[in-house]
Amino acid sequence: MQKSENKPMNPYIAGALSGLLAVASVVLVGKFFGASTTFARIGGALEGIVLPERVANLAYFQKYVFKMDWQLLFLVGITLGSFISSKMTGTFKVQAIPDMWRDHFGSRLSPRIWMAFVGGIIAAFGARMAGGCPSGHGLSGLMQMSISGFISLLCFFLGGIIVARIVYGRRASR
Amino acid sequence: MNTQLIGGLITGILFGILLQRSEVIRYDRQVGAVRLIDMTIVKFMLSAIIVGMIGVYTLEGTGVLELSIKGTVIGTNIVGGLIFGAGWALLGYCPGTAAGALGEGRIDALAGMGGMVIGGMLFGEFYPLTQSGFLSAGNFGKVTLPMITGMNPWIWIFVLTLLYMGIFYLIERESL
Repeated sequence: MQKSENKPMNPYIAGALSGLLAVASVVLVGKFFGASTTFARIGGALEGIVLPERVANLAYFQKYVFKMDWQLLFLVGITLGSFISSKMTGTFKVQAIPDMWRDHFGSRLSPRIWMAFVGGIIAAFGARMAGGCPSGHGLSGLMQMSISGFISLLCFFLGGIIVARIVYGRRASR
Repeated sequence: MNTQLIGGLITGILFGILLQRSEVIRYDRQVGAVRLIDMTIVKFMLSAIIVGMIGVYTLEGTGVLELSIKGTVIGTNIVGGLIFGAGWALLGYCPGTAAGALGEGRIDALAGMGGMVIGGMLFGEFYPLTQSGFLSAGNFGKVTLPMITGMNPWIWIFVLTLLYMGIFYLIERESL
């Protein structure tokens, strides 16, 4: 039995409220949504601990030095907000293998963890090359009708659709 | 903590609640979108974009806010975009939703976030190669659709809103 509070929120309403929140963020603190830069900043900082001279010579990490900035706190906030919301509605669940994955590839832990790890490497590399992720290019870019946003978001979906078809096969069975 | 940091934290918490309650941070929803069987995240994103577009351009017109456009470089936008999409389909979360998925207990998102740090590190090494050759092709600077077409932004806002509504219509018709 599904509890009534477990019923998901309408995505149109949640999206519209997120649009209002995004505009408020620009007005109040001058920040458009974005998420992927933080991972590059952390990567540069970690590499800097092991190979400081190497990082000092990389133009990219001169541009993106690690700092406690708006975006890092935004990401921490997303985790916190999701934690609070899932705890309050009884939807918090410690799970390493998503249902759809389990249905197709079984419940062995290591394939899923490795796939997530490798997917993360590829996704962040691509996002930093494109100059943004679905937040920065997708939401913020399309709200401003930026050309880079339209091209990038289309390519995110195109790349995703191709790879999902390779991983899950042609048949669109749930 | 200064205003920007507190603002980031509060905005993140509210966004995290909306992402969690509408389930758009779930692997099944994200991969469902690229498998073309569940368009929840498309409904969420395009709704946010319609409201945001109208809000941003209304306030920009009155001088309350300034646009912050990312530069268009056709080469890196396309190649990086396709690479991102490939990784996104494997991981099943994007950078922002991975943070949210972790918050509701999805541990695979943590492995993905670890990968993203490594991916950022690798891109730092690769970055000089994106500054020349075909990857740097098509550098148009910070341009928007109204700018390159020389048209009033509100014409585009109207056209795009209709287009996005048309996408909603198709999604609902197919019950995706």
